[in-house]
Amino acid sequence: MKTAALAAQLLEIAVALAAAPLFLGWLNQCRAWLSNRRAPSLLLPFRQLRKLFHKDAVLARNASPLFRAAPYVVFGTMVVAAGIIPSLSARLPLVAAADAVALVGLFATARVFLSLAAMDVGTAFGTLGARREMMVGFLAEPALLMVIFVASLISATTALPAISEHLATRTLTIDPALAFTAVAFTLVLLAENARIPVDNPATHLELTMIHEAMLLEYSARHLALMEWASQLRLFNYACIGFALFIPWGIATREIGPAGLALAVPILALKLAAAGAGLALIETVSAKLRILRAPEFLATAFLFAVLGMLVRGLLGAPPSP
Amino acid sequence: MTDPLLPSAAIHVAIDRQLLDACAALQLLIAFAMLAQRRIVSLVNLLAAQGAVLAAATLLLAWRTGQGHLYVSGVLTLALKVAFLPWLLHRLIDRLEVRFDAEPALNVSGNLLAGLLVVVFAFGLAQPITHLASTAMRNAIGIALGVVLLAFLMMITRRKAISQVIGFLSMENGLFFGAMSATYGMPMVVELGVALDVLVAMLVLGVFFFQIREQFDSLDLHHLESLGERR
Repeated sequence: MKTAALAAQLLEIAVALAAAPLFLGWLNQCRAWLSNRRAPSLLLPFRQLRKLFHKDAVLARNASPLFRAAPYVVFGTMVVAAGIIPSLSARLPLVAAADAVALVGLFATARVFLSLAAMDVGTAFGTLGARREMMVGFLAEPALLMVIFVASLISATTALPAISEHLATRTLTIDPALAFTAVAFTLVLLAENARIPVDNPATHLELTMIHEAMLLEYSARHLALMEWASQLRLFNYACIGFALFIPWGIATREIGPAGLALAVPILALKLAAAGAGLALIETVSAKLRILRAPEFLATAFLFAVLGMLVRGLLGAPPSP
Repeated sequence: MTDPLLPSAAIHVAIDRQLLDACAALQLLIAFAMLAQRRIVSLVNLLAAQGAVLAAATLLLAWRTGQGHLYVSGVLTLALKVAFLPWLLHRLIDRLEVRFDAEPALNVSGNLLAGLLVVVFAFGLAQPITHLASTAMRNAIGIALGVVLLAFLMMITRRKAISQVIGFLSMENGLFFGAMSATYGMPMVVELGVALDVLVAMLVLGVFFFQIREQFDSLDLHHLESLGERR
């Protein structure tokens, strides 16, 4: 039992590490198709990572140890987060380590280190990107916490696997509270992962970028780790969304090879659908001015709080 | 959940309740969307959507409780608030040539947060009424009150005449929804009277718009706040 759980945990982390670049590749493919371009290969993110790992790293002369440590810290927190989020199974040994609130804290840690590293070398663009990232983060975090609180309110626990297990096993009802929070979560996901309405991941235009500006000073393996970490962050957010809003298909009961074997293709299916949906949102929406970002995130916060209020007033939806 | 109205069809009751709750939640959402919307054309469309949700809730409740007059008021809502009034507003907007106008200096984030406080206040206010009422939609009273107060807030924060009128109409929608959820709608005579009032008010205000613009060359109501001859 113990070893089986450990094996499931390791499998989940391995799947996350492998699936994160694939997910980004799929997202980029969908975006290319939607804008009538020829799509790049699904494996392109992998090839870029391999290329970067084979290069020699160059550091700025005045870079501090923090600058060198940051990629490992950011990547490490994302891997731990991937181990906590129930993407394949809800019965994992690492789950006891942190609940959903601590998970938000993990993401915040990664963000702080990313921003500090961006400011470390002292170039103007890095500082600019870091400030913008902190602004977006500080507005997105309350919304994300609210989303998690609504889900916790419904299932009376803050442990993410227990929430998804509760939501997966209850009877199917029309729940406006969850629908509102799902919208809020999608908005937070777009903002936190530097997707289009807030940041444009494809551009290197100095005055509009947020995330890319912070990585300008990195090269080779450091850059590879940072890129991989941001791919993992996108994957993790998607998996939190699945755990809260479409939890069906996660192996809930005993951990066995059969349950996990079923959970992997279902996860792949969900990721494919989520990637296509995100690509669609990004294609039809225009990038907001940076000063409109607070409005965007206030809307996300509003949706989450509305979910909570509706839940509080209407109560649980009556089940047949 | 026990339901006194239709003890026979338990599953239908649950689905009905869920749909009615979803309608209530949608009302609240649309009220917030109106509070945040800058463009006048989108405001009119949102008003039509609010009317459509209201009509759907009314017809659903009518079917559920078997009360004949609710069918009438549902159809009336559909004809008046989904079709006629938005059409009238669109025509007005075209003739006033303000189709692409937007509300200037609107602090959307601040409005939304104020709106949240207002809704929490409304929910607290409605709590005792909710306990007293015995209808199937008693939980929605708080939401209806919230919609009314949000429409109020919208009228306070807007400066254009058309947006204020849309806020007024939205408030009427909220009141109607509140009456429906508290007592299965007002008596038929009152309902018809209110519908007629709104219609007449709309027509009169339509004339007013042209007068205001004639006088001040704009539909911005802060011109009305200064007294005296000087413009």
